[in-house]
Amino acid sequence: MESIILQANKISKYFHDPSTIQVLKEITFSLNKGEFTSIIGKSGCGKSTLLYILSTMDTDYTGDLRIDGVGMRDKKEGELARVRNEKIGFVFQFHYLLNEFNVLRNVMLPGLKLGKYSEKEVEERAYQKLKILGIEKEALKIPNQLSGGQKQRVAIARAMVNDPLIIMGDEPTGNLDKKNTEIVFDIFKELSDVYNQTLLIVTHDNEFANRTHRIIEMEDGRIIRM
Amino acid sequence: MNFKLINSISVSLLVARWKQTLVAAIGVTFSITMFIALLSFMSGLNDMLDGLIVNRTPHIRLYNEIQASKNQPIDLSKEYKGHYNFIRSVKPKNERAQIHNCPAMIKALDNDDRVLGYAPKIVAQVFYNVGDIDLTGVINGVNVDEEARLFKFKDYVTAGNYIDLKNIPNSIILGKGAAEKMLANIGDVVQVTTSKGERMQLKVVGYFQSGIQEVDKVQSYASISTAQKLLGESKNYITDIQVKLKDIAWAPKMAKEYANLFDIEAVDIQTANSQFETGSSIRTLISYAVGITLLIVAGFGIYNILNMMIYEKMDSIAILKATGFSGNDVNRIFITIALSIGFFGGGMGLFLGFGLSNIIDNVPFNTASLPTIKTFPINYNPKFYFIGAVFSLVTTYLAGYFPSRKASKIDPVVIIRGK
Repeated sequence: MESIILQANKISKYFHDPSTIQVLKEITFSLNKGEFTSIIGKSGCGKSTLLYILSTMDTDYTGDLRIDGVGMRDKKEGELARVRNEKIGFVFQFHYLLNEFNVLRNVMLPGLKLGKYSEKEVEERAYQKLKILGIEKEALKIPNQLSGGQKQRVAIARAMVNDPLIIMGDEPTGNLDKKNTEIVFDIFKELSDVYNQTLLIVTHDNEFANRTHRIIEMEDGRIIRM
Repeated sequence: MNFKLINSISVSLLVARWKQTLVAAIGVTFSITMFIALLSFMSGLNDMLDGLIVNRTPHIRLYNEIQASKNQPIDLSKEYKGHYNFIRSVKPKNERAQIHNCPAMIKALDNDDRVLGYAPKIVAQVFYNVGDIDLTGVINGVNVDEEARLFKFKDYVTAGNYIDLKNIPNSIILGKGAAEKMLANIGDVVQVTTSKGERMQLKVVGYFQSGIQEVDKVQSYASISTAQKLLGESKNYITDIQVKLKDIAWAPKMAKEYANLFDIEAVDIQTANSQFETGSSIRTLISYAVGITLLIVAGFGIYNILNMMIYEKMDSIAILKATGFSGNDVNRIFITIALSIGFFGGGMGLFLGFGLSNIIDNVPFNTASLPTIKTFPINYNPKFYFIGAVFSLVTTYLAGYFPSRKASKIDPVVIIRGK
């Protein structure tokens, strides 16, 4: 029996500005360990909104969210930050690397924040992740010296550094060309197949979605297929 | 661990914007420098001006006032007890200005450990005889050693050696103004007449310059024994006892105590020179106000720069939060940035403030009324450096507080979705 990592129960969300609209309507689903899932749907269907709720960054919702069996509802901001740090890796459409630090340091930051390993160990682990993604040669460069595809791979390495339960991606290939999209997909695939990593990726690239294990399709704030 | 991480992030952000950081730090440095220099200079000036009076003024002066007796014979009469009486034209008794129970008082002062020292003094009204003209003057008979020890007598004797006053019999140190009027050089002999008509020849051994010209035209100094001889009085004739205390603040209370104990007039320095207290406290207030204003302006500079930095670093803050840094961590990063600007800017400011004070201290400053002052006065009180250090940290903390709080409240979703 596969263990449930993430469970969403009747999650609803409203936008109040300029007028009250319900953007998510009682979303209920769960993710098992090792699943490579994609969320697809048209623009404005609420898929990104859902992802931000699932990632605990957005706390303005109704319903219940459990990550690794623990309810997120009543946690304080600091505790949620801890959950994100320890259990969730995030990859955005934009890479969001800090240009003040070199690539290695960027990958290390969440690990240093977690504080589970010494700085040396974190460095070693970060280096390993870069190696998995094939960009260990760029470790000492500043992010703005890298190409778009390389930056996105660094961002994936950063998401992986704490060995999270789940890696979430918000259109991680949205800004990439065909070739780099392919590379990023292959990385996700490898993570899923080789490392049994749970992945939840929002995308509107149907081709990308079709190659994942499971597709959740949304429309107008509801799940219509999963 | 976490502390170290936050520090390293702060340092990286600072270094990435090193020009802005430098400007902010220079703002703090400048204000602390000016704060230190201004206060040191002002306070040095205050001390100097106070010194004009305080150095030469006893904390408590004990003397006998010539005044009409408070108890008239009728007050002692049993018959008219309970009646009111009005007496016109009461005159003081022919009583000498001498302090009567001098030995007992001196013994009491010796035993009082709040007293730093005391110097007996005789004040004699005289005329300086210059050819046909008589100039009014005052000769102070002083105990030369004690006067030098307690009241810096030596500093004010601008020509000649003060100790000659004790060693050469019948000698006088003339006020600078008086000497100029009398055309008396050191080594000359001048003639003085007392109010009772006694004449005496005195040898000039030096000039005295108090810094207050009117005083220097009138006052001269002689040893106690010379003054006693001049007045034709005995060895225990003393008109004043000047007391110096270990703490000037005790003066008003102790003056009252002595007045009761010795049945004598006792005036404390605060009452005698209240205007100086007011003057120096106002000057101190102004210099603090200016210094603190400078720091607050620097604080606004830091506030601006941090605010700009936060706008520029929105993305970084968002991603830090998304990857597990809490609002508190972000807050601490920006507070650390603000405090390090304050710490380094302030430290530099303390250092430069000391340097600037030192430069001012070496600027020549000669004024006829202040014989002992050769350069601008500076007070190197560590208190100013302490206040400067504390204040630079407090202002930068406050300047960093609001931007940091804003940064900590940034919602990563808003920023990330905005792209």
